[in-house]
Amino acid sequence: MIIPIVRTAIVALRRDRVSLVLSFVVPIAFFSIFAVVFGGQRDTVPKIKVILVDEDRSGGSRQLVKGLASDGSLTVITRPSATKDQPQPADYTAVTAEAAVKAGDVSVALIVPRGWGAHPIAFGPDSSAPPIELLNDASDTIAPQMVGGLLQKAGMTSMPLTMAEQGMKYTGSYIGGFTPEQQKKMNGNMEQLRQMESRQDAGEASPAASGSGGLIAVKTRSVVGENKNNPTLSFEAAAIGVMFLLFTASGSAGALLDEAESGALDRVLSSRVTMTGLLAGKLVFSTLLAFTQLTVMFLWAWAVFKIDFFSHIPGFVVMGLSTAFAVAAFGMLLASICRTRAQLSALSTLLILVMSAIGGSMFPRFLMPPAMQKAGLWTINAWAIDGFEKVFWRDLPVTALWQQVSVLLAIGIVLFAIARRIARRWEYA
Amino acid sequence: MNAKSTPADPAPLSPSPLEVDSLVKRFGSVMAVDGISLALHSGECLGLLGPNGAGKSTLIRSIVGRVTPDAGHVAVFGHEASSAAAREALGWVPQELALYPRLTCKENLTAFGQYQGLSSSQIGQSVAWCLEWAALQDRETDLARALSGGMKRRLNMAAGIIHRPKVVLMDEPTVGVDPQSRNRIFEMIEALRAEGTSIIYTTHYMEEAERLCDRVAIIDHGHIVALGTNAELVHNSFGSRSQVLARFEGPDERVAPWVAEHSGRLVDSMAEFTIEHPTEVAALLVSATAAGLELVDLSLRRPNLESVFLHLTGRELRD
Repeated sequence: MIIPIVRTAIVALRRDRVSLVLSFVVPIAFFSIFAVVFGGQRDTVPKIKVILVDEDRSGGSRQLVKGLASDGSLTVITRPSATKDQPQPADYTAVTAEAAVKAGDVSVALIVPRGWGAHPIAFGPDSSAPPIELLNDASDTIAPQMVGGLLQKAGMTSMPLTMAEQGMKYTGSYIGGFTPEQQKKMNGNMEQLRQMESRQDAGEASPAASGSGGLIAVKTRSVVGENKNNPTLSFEAAAIGVMFLLFTASGSAGALLDEAESGALDRVLSSRVTMTGLLAGKLVFSTLLAFTQLTVMFLWAWAVFKIDFFSHIPGFVVMGLSTAFAVAAFGMLLASICRTRAQLSALSTLLILVMSAIGGSMFPRFLMPPAMQKAGLWTINAWAIDGFEKVFWRDLPVTALWQQVSVLLAIGIVLFAIARRIARRWEYA
Repeated sequence: MNAKSTPADPAPLSPSPLEVDSLVKRFGSVMAVDGISLALHSGECLGLLGPNGAGKSTLIRSIVGRVTPDAGHVAVFGHEASSAAAREALGWVPQELALYPRLTCKENLTAFGQYQGLSSSQIGQSVAWCLEWAALQDRETDLARALSGGMKRRLNMAAGIIHRPKVVLMDEPTVGVDPQSRNRIFEMIEALRAEGTSIIYTTHYMEEAERLCDRVAIIDHGHIVALGTNAELVHNSFGSRSQVLARFEGPDERVAPWVAEHSGRLVDSMAEFTIEHPTEVAALLVSATAAGLELVDLSLRRPNLESVFLHLTGRELRD
């Protein structure tokens, strides 16, 4: 009895292409993407791009820059990329480096201040060494930690007290002991170091958090998202929003297939409505639906998670409409390609999940290898997320969105044109 | 919504509501419509009678522009079929339930009225008329998907005439409905005819063609094999002859030689003969008895459209 049931189920599955795709192709595609992003070979691990500004230009600072540049985990940039207008651009300054971090070109910039070379080691709380400034984008929580750690790796960052005690011990033995007055002063300094360590252990912000973290004093400053209550919130709203917009748009465009199947499409096309008019009407509807969905999502994020929505209305409208238009056209294209709802369901699931994975809807693109980051630029998700990030995270004006808006509109127009061409099959029999 | 192009061709004097001239449509190796020509007279109901796959629906879909013919020409009141004037004059009731299931009856009719370019005031009047015509006034707020099969068919018909066309093409509008609903649909069609609407009605039910149609075109394999009134078709095929239907005991193999000997046919175990005078029945019975055949059932009838179809094509209408 069991064998015939199993056999029937196998035959049914073999003939159900949708189930086959969802059962085998989607998991394999996803495993491959995650494997490349998180578990790939060593040479695919993404390097952290960091801008380095050496204002000191001392021997010590040059050594430091050289040391960082030779580190395999970092890509050190000292000047902007050459362009046609500027074949030999000037080195970054503290101001231009900060602007680059704000614009999202890099997540971290290091500024080595003038005079740093004279006191490169910040040994103890009374150090007069000017700290190196680490400018970061708070949305990337990994890069500043990595850069800070690499900066300190020669300095045994976690053991200043031990280092001091050991140093005192050996100094005392070499010089035949300290005077009571010297010993008292040293004990005081040790106590200060001890207190500092215990405060750090308790998780309390210490001067090291914004000042010294070890032998090389580092002052960390978030130049983007300093006043944001949650660094990843606006990213999540945009990333998840775009992914579900794609699902909504393909589902909405699928109504076309229902109408074709029921014969309603034939009836509509036998009236005064043309195929172009029909598709345009459906595109407008899907665009408005997607925009409404985005609006509801961001309003929810504002009401519950305190995202600053109302200060960014113009940028949101521009990015929202552009994104909604692109995803609506994407849905129209899928619906025009597919013959049945089942086909649409399988194809849209596969494409949308893959696009969302490499386009940054599931994890930030800066975590991906460079090749995959570039591949992400072929997705609607990447451009939409970048645009929303500019609006909500970087507080950039609407004019700064021209690139994202242009690309999204172009994607929408091209996809709609292709969908219109493919839809000719419904026009003429 | 975009209006389709309006040609500048002037209408000739008193043009026929619909003229089809040498229409050809081929799907791959299948010739669906093979040079069909016909003219629909003003106010008449012309039946297209033929079995499934005869080419009726393809002909209708060619007329409404849903199929592009390989050759031939269609004119509606003298206008090209693709013109706005032709679209306005043509109404189409497809065989499928071409409705929006999640819209109510009224919303469906309003939507299709808008697609036909009706103004708001026209739509209000037309929707009310159509709901009354289809006897759906008390169901106007019901979702289309919640209607019974017969009601859906009536709504489907109403959606096809929402713009009150002068020529209506009905493609098997009674498929899958019960006899009571079918009678209601017949009444709707008769009401439409009373208003002077010209109708092309496709069916493979001989009874429907006989009841509703002034003339009938019998279609088979993409050809019109006969065209005329019911009486003309019967007369042309059978003259004044009658049909004798006889069923005998025993297997077909035993009956068949005797039937062939008397120039009859054996269809579904029923022997069919054509006779000039009723008195010939007695001679047939004597012959059957002599051949050792035992008669089970016998009837004498005037030939009908089904007989005509069988006579002309050698096939049953419902094959």
